[in-house]
Amino acid sequence: MRVPLSWLKEFVEIPLPVPELAERLTLAGLEVADIERIGLPDAALPWDRERIRVGEILEIRPHPNADRLVLATVEYGGGRPKTVVTGAPNLIVGDKGHKVAFALEGARHWDGYSAGRDITTLKGRKVRGVPSDGMVLSEKELGLSDDHTGVLVLDPQAPVGMPLAEYMGDVVLDLEITPNMARCLSILGVAREVAALTGGRVHIPPAQMRADGETVEGRVAVAIADPALCARYAATLIAGVTIGPSPEWMRRRLRLAGIRPINNVVDVTNYVMLEWGQPLHAFDYDVLARRARGVPRITVRPARAGEMLTTLDGATRPLSPERLLITDTAGPIAIAGVMGGAETEVTEGTTAILLEAANFHFISIRKTAQALKLPSEASARFGRGVPPSAAVPAAMRATELMRELAGGTIARGVADCYPAPQVSSVVTLTTEAVRRILGMDLPRAEVQRILTALEFLCEPQGETGLRVTAPDHRLDIGTGVVGAADLIEEVVRIHGYDRIPVTDMADRLPPQRDAAAVDPEERVRDLLAIAGLQEILTYRLTTPEREAALVPGNGQVSPRPYVTLANPISADRVVMRQTLLAGLLEVMAQNLRLRERLRFFEIGPVFLPGSGNELPAEPRRLAIGMAGRITPASWRDPDPCRTDYFDLKGVVETFLQGLHLRAVGFDPATHPTFAPGRTARLLVDDEPVGVLGEVHPQVRAAFDLPAAPICLAEFDLDALLARVPLTYRVAAVPRFPPALQDIALVVDEEVPAAELTGTIRAAGGSLLVEARLFDVYRGQQLPRGKKSLAFSLVFQAVDRTLTDAEVEAEKRRIVEAAAQRLGAELRA
Amino acid sequence: MTDIPRELTSLEAAAQAALEAAADATALEQVRVRYLGRKGSLAAVLRSVADLDPAERPAVGKLANEAKQRLETALALRREALEAAARAAALAAERADVTLPGRPIPMGRLHPSTQILRRICQIWADMGFQIYRSRDVETEAMNFELLNIPAHHPARDMWDTFYTTVDGVLLRTHTSPGQIRAMREYCPEPIRVILPGMCYRYEQITARSEIQFHQVEGLAVGRHVTMTELKGTLVSFAHRMFGAGRRVRFRASHFPFTEPSAEMDVKCILCGGTGCFLCKQTGWLEILGCGMVHPAVLQNGGYDPAVFSGFAFGMGPERITMLRHGIEDIRYFWANDLRFLEQF
Ligand SMILES: [Zn+2]
Repeated sequence: MRVPLSWLKEFVEIPLPVPELAERLTLAGLEVADIERIGLPDAALPWDRERIRVGEILEIRPHPNADRLVLATVEYGGGRPKTVVTGAPNLIVGDKGHKVAFALEGARHWDGYSAGRDITTLKGRKVRGVPSDGMVLSEKELGLSDDHTGVLVLDPQAPVGMPLAEYMGDVVLDLEITPNMARCLSILGVAREVAALTGGRVHIPPAQMRADGETVEGRVAVAIADPALCARYAATLIAGVTIGPSPEWMRRRLRLAGIRPINNVVDVTNYVMLEWGQPLHAFDYDVLARRARGVPRITVRPARAGEMLTTLDGATRPLSPERLLITDTAGPIAIAGVMGGAETEVTEGTTAILLEAANFHFISIRKTAQALKLPSEASARFGRGVPPSAAVPAAMRATELMRELAGGTIARGVADCYPAPQVSSVVTLTTEAVRRILGMDLPRAEVQRILTALEFLCEPQGETGLRVTAPDHRLDIGTGVVGAADLIEEVVRIHGYDRIPVTDMADRLPPQRDAAAVDPEERVRDLLAIAGLQEILTYRLTTPEREAALVPGNGQVSPRPYVTLANPISADRVVMRQTLLAGLLEVMAQNLRLRERLRFFEIGPVFLPGSGNELPAEPRRLAIGMAGRITPASWRDPDPCRTDYFDLKGVVETFLQGLHLRAVGFDPATHPTFAPGRTARLLVDDEPVGVLGEVHPQVRAAFDLPAAPICLAEFDLDALLARVPLTYRVAAVPRFPPALQDIALVVDEEVPAAELTGTIRAAGGSLLVEARLFDVYRGQQLPRGKKSLAFSLVFQAVDRTLTDAEVEAEKRRIVEAAAQRLGAELRA
Repeated sequence: MTDIPRELTSLEAAAQAALEAAADATALEQVRVRYLGRKGSLAAVLRSVADLDPAERPAVGKLANEAKQRLETALALRREALEAAARAAALAAERADVTLPGRPIPMGRLHPSTQILRRICQIWADMGFQIYRSRDVETEAMNFELLNIPAHHPARDMWDTFYTTVDGVLLRTHTSPGQIRAMREYCPEPIRVILPGMCYRYEQITARSEIQFHQVEGLAVGRHVTMTELKGTLVSFAHRMFGAGRRVRFRASHFPFTEPSAEMDVKCILCGGTGCFLCKQTGWLEILGCGMVHPAVLQNGGYDPAVFSGFAFGMGPERITMLRHGIEDIRYFWANDLRFLEQF
């Protein structure tokens, strides 16, 4: 809502400087988003008080040397009148008496001929041989608009010689209106706020009209089909008007408020809407009378099947029964509160006006404006709620303004159909209730003072209570405990939030609950960051095609159900993800263009649709992605080797260890996303919890990744964390020295290392505390199809130093077991 | 008279010269053997003292011993000097160009959103607010109706919503549905929870708006929760988040689920209040929205609004990170470009 200060001042005194006023309004919930100054010292284009003044054209003569130019003599209140050369098409030879904005040499103004907004300084010069001593300015040259088609013509009352900044300089407050402040979509509403905040009084503009005509009753009838959809329909009639431009002051205010001036009648409907917040619509009465072949009978009713209306914008619109219509006996004439019909529109030839001031239910208007994509100033106001009480005063005010500006005779009375008059909210508010919510004491007198300043009616009730009746313009006040909360907000808003004291919480601490779902997840994040991985967070919205690219094949998307958006905003964010891998691979592809080494992880939910109307499951997943060199290249090591499956597995083993998960296994596995032979299932307590491996070359290609190993893992984090022990034991540090033994065992190629390690551990018994595989050898020294696995064994007893004989016996037992189970031979 | 004193003098001079000339430990040892060894020159002179007249022997013997001591001292000094030189030479040989870059340690990091979420949650945890998680995909009732935002109500305009193809199911536009879930779970106990989570808005992705972003909401419900406490708690938070002296202001605002509602601003962290691009010349930065829980919301959570009261607040962690680090493009957060992530 753009509020010109000059307009606001007609309704309320403003005893504060503008910045202070803006701050008070902002703190009270009426946020001033911007302060625009026009012509004043801080404006984008300040008008020089000495050099830009109100002038009067004394004479317009032809230019001796140019047909399109004229010589205008201007009285500007200082010394002798000046004569200027101008080409403005609205200054015609022979005319005189125009009040204009006159600039003297040295004045700064916008360049009217430049496409942009360039400031230039006026210099005296000769135009086609005649000296031009100043300039008559256009709207564009004054910085008021981009209009440079002619000079700005002021109203005849403009005082000659007055600095223009004084005559029409202004400040526009641009207010952000929250839904509860819809009443401030009007100058009057803002004035009420200012009055309450400053202790001032609101001057309500006169809602009277000089009605000299016959009574309105015999000229029009109005009816409402459903009072739930239309609470009130009021109409006035004025005949004998002359359509023409509005005076400059009205056009200026409309423009400052952001509305384009059209003609005097339409401008008045907009002007009074801005003033009162009540949208108005003007019909051509003669067209209505012609359609009715007599007295028009207006009915507000829902559309009937098959009805159509050609609206003001020229579109012919089919109307469904949800659309509320203004109709006459011949059919629809307007879509209620949203747009008028073209046939009954006010045109240049219109001489009689039926002015509508109605009240429509906000939901009906919102639905219609949204469905027809016809947002307007009127539907914005109706859609947020307009008090029915405003209809008649606004109608009278507008009709009178029309009479003043367009002439004509007003029919007596208002045709007013108001079946269910507005009921005011009545709320009981006690100082205890105020204290209970605010935590501070406000005396009843202070509460009453504030509410009265906001035009609430307050009657003391009991010792501490007030019986509060909301004024008609407050539709946002409820009843009961909600109404009390509404009033408390009003009280503290005006009292000032800065005057609320600051205290600590006094209530008892609620029962503390373990954040079981949160803490281990954060531990995983820490462990992976410690392992050198960078956390990423990706979009949770994706496409089925992107996830299908994880499965190499014919590119067909399997028709699996997704949580799917009904209203996606872009084609690449349409469903909720079911894996973290697609997003991760995209991030890797994009970063591999910049980096030689990637280490990423992401933790977050995936979304698995439930059946029917059930909400989806949102299990947490963990994904890891690694690629490129194992360490960053440096001058010490210019060419580190490439990451492969075992680097990934090392990270996985490390973080599982950090979680104190014991029974962890890695089984060879197949998975469409991964390369066969370089893929494993992760087992915890023999339960599969995810997959890790190197990405299948076809998947790599599908994600634009280079032909080098890309290591990827995805785990079911909920399953994993469910197995994290609550606590774990820590063993004593041995006091006796360990015995170290290395052995190399030759086995068939097919024997998995994990199996041999398991056999060694099982055979080693309690004295074997560690069996670490440190070398794998295949080659000339061994027969084909054999490999040698070398282990570093650590033997340790808690109570003594082991003898050589004991260690030898242990080692022999291990070798024998390996030979028996897996055909292993001790390598010489 | 004997010649021995003269002999000693010349011997000592020769020995001193040889010590000086010895360039390393080996040469020095040779000098020692030659002059001070058992078969060395000085020993020979000492032996000849025995042949002297007994009257002369004490004086000459004294001279000889003094010469020997001087030479031994000189030898020790020389040895030390040579050793020091050798050590210095060895160190010089190991000299490195200390300006060469260090071996890079590949450090892992948490995403900036995780970092700020942890910081925020930690501050609230210290004040007794525990984390409560709830889902991303929500019902329309939880996201709107139960929060006092009826269908078609003008307040709905405050949220541009992603709806799913399932009727009445949407992507939460704020973490506030968690308020209802927490209240229904904990009623009639008092509540202090903090609700972090991802939210979604139907918006064009631009430098200033994203389709997904985190929110952290807080909720306190009890029999004596007041607006002075809301202010006190939030001022404590602001002081820990933005510095102890940071000025804070509250201004009236509107949220359907709180009443009275407020927004909390802090003095601009860049200009300190004089006005700059970051604060759009206002001197203040909008940090969070808050208010006393609306009676209808308390009721929907199972609490009697005539007996219980509560406060709630909500903030955007990404926005706070942007303000703290002067980041001007919110799209960085989900783009995951390492050139951005590595700066945290
Ligand atoms: Zn600033």
